[in-house]
Amino acid sequence: MSVIAYSAARATLRSSGSMLNRNWIAMRRAWILVLSGVVESLLFLFAFGFGVGALVGDLTLADGTTVSYTAYVAPAILANAAMMGVLAETAINVFAKFKWMKVYDGILNTPLRPWDVALGEVWWALIRGGTYIAAFVVVMACFGLLDSWWSLLAVPACVFIALAFAGIGLTLATFFREWTDFDWMNAVVFAMFLFGGTFTPVEAYPSFAQPVVYAMPLYHGIELVRGLSLGQPSPWMLLHIAYLTALCLGGMWVAQRRLSKALYK
Amino acid sequence: MPIQNEVLVRAVDLRKSYGEHEAVRGVDFEILRGEAFGFLGANGAGKSTTMRMIGCVSQPTGGTLEVFDRDPRTEGASIRARLGVVPQDNTLDGMLTVFENLVVYAGYFGIRKKAAREKAAELLDFVQLTPRSKDQVSELSGGMQRRLAIARSLINDPDLVILDEPTTGLDPQARHLVWERLFQLKQRGVSILLTTHYMDEAEQLCDRLVVMDEGRIIAAGSPRELIDTHVTKEVVELRFGAAHTTELAELAPALAGVGAQIEPLPDKILVYTDDADDTSAALEARGVQPTSTLARRATLEDVFLRLTGRALVEDEA
Repeated sequence: MSVIAYSAARATLRSSGSMLNRNWIAMRRAWILVLSGVVESLLFLFAFGFGVGALVGDLTLADGTTVSYTAYVAPAILANAAMMGVLAETAINVFAKFKWMKVYDGILNTPLRPWDVALGEVWWALIRGGTYIAAFVVVMACFGLLDSWWSLLAVPACVFIALAFAGIGLTLATFFREWTDFDWMNAVVFAMFLFGGTFTPVEAYPSFAQPVVYAMPLYHGIELVRGLSLGQPSPWMLLHIAYLTALCLGGMWVAQRRLSKALYK
Repeated sequence: MPIQNEVLVRAVDLRKSYGEHEAVRGVDFEILRGEAFGFLGANGAGKSTTMRMIGCVSQPTGGTLEVFDRDPRTEGASIRARLGVVPQDNTLDGMLTVFENLVVYAGYFGIRKKAAREKAAELLDFVQLTPRSKDQVSELSGGMQRRLAIARSLINDPDLVILDEPTTGLDPQARHLVWERLFQLKQRGVSILLTTHYMDEAEQLCDRLVVMDEGRIIAAGSPRELIDTHVTKEVVELRFGAAHTTELAELAPALAGVGAQIEPLPDKILVYTDDADDTSAALEARGVQPTSTLARRATLEDVFLRLTGRALVEDEA
């Protein structure tokens, strides 16, 4: 049994790896796009962290500890960078490959299955999101925004954010019909960025709005990354991780189902 | 070891419906190793749907289908590993160069990098695209893209190559280049399955073929057999100046008895006969005076016309 499971896992890895290889070869001439994403996040950090941060000064959290506003906002912007990098790769690029360039039509004539395609796209999104995260964390460290060794865990924490949005992005890519649909996605993403606990603690919102924030995937990502980078681990983090993982798996499952339905006519 | 008469594809009462619409309505056929097998029919006859089912990218909704003695419903991936597919719209990867298209595609079959690069170079040579290997796909002409798609389909040394209308949309010169490459493949003993609505293509390339119409197979055999069975050896085409559909239909009875059968078309009348010279003489004796007369050998086009009462490529410009 374990032999079968092992060879099945190996076949899946190999197949999704060949999808990853395709994306690497297709995108290696376009690394400038990835760089631009990193720069965008850094601009946010400078504008909100150092600009607004200088005005706000320190912030007292619910548990009584005091942190600089910049150290408070930076992890949230990091979480946002992870989200944006991955959404750009999955929702937008996968949509283009699926509906416009018909890349998957050719691929499904090979032994690859929709699940392999979805998995390969997730690997790739993780790599692309990972470059954003790594660049950003280095900058945070350079500005002394990482307070403890716990903060190194912010990197793997971002991987969970990337996973969740890879799943969401893949699903969205299969639902989108026109480029105009991206405006809807951007509106929702921007709302999450503004109100997902990026700039203020959720407790500051009116009580009717709080459940909406708790449902936001980005909120869970921000809480996870912020808690770790401020060196305040808590059991709630397990819930955040579970929520993000569920979104990843659910999203991938829906996406591969819809790919199958659209391509295996 | 290839076995004599080894069956690669076997379909029994194969069906496919999309909701209410039945695209394939129960077809039976067998494709043997080493042969070039053709599906001939007008657009919408169910050819491409049948191809997609054999290619394991479309699930049959009825009947049985076996490819390499396996069930496409459950063993699609392992069947696809042994197929080479050239889809109607090529589906080349527009973000990759010509060479990368082949190497990356090889990766999908689990072919290692070194072997893939060697194979890709060999295949580019075969389809005469080596000088273009660093170009983007969009820079290639339609004929070159089709040749690249053919090269791509051979990357895994497939047991069966499936080509869906391989020369549709190509100019005559490009068509001949594609035919020539396909003929080479045939010479090498590669099993080929193709769909077409071009008679000359089917006659040149196919050892055996089936004629499809409205989701059914209406005739099967070698091109020669089909012609011998369904039409006479020769055909005399008569044109009467500007005379059209109705006028021609009225003229037709006057010709009764001169050939085996009279077929009035919108722009001409066909007289099926085993001896065109005799028939032409008989027409003259009757005082029939067409503006032009053309005697020719019967083709698959005539077979299709006889079987369906319609010209095959009537909807084509």
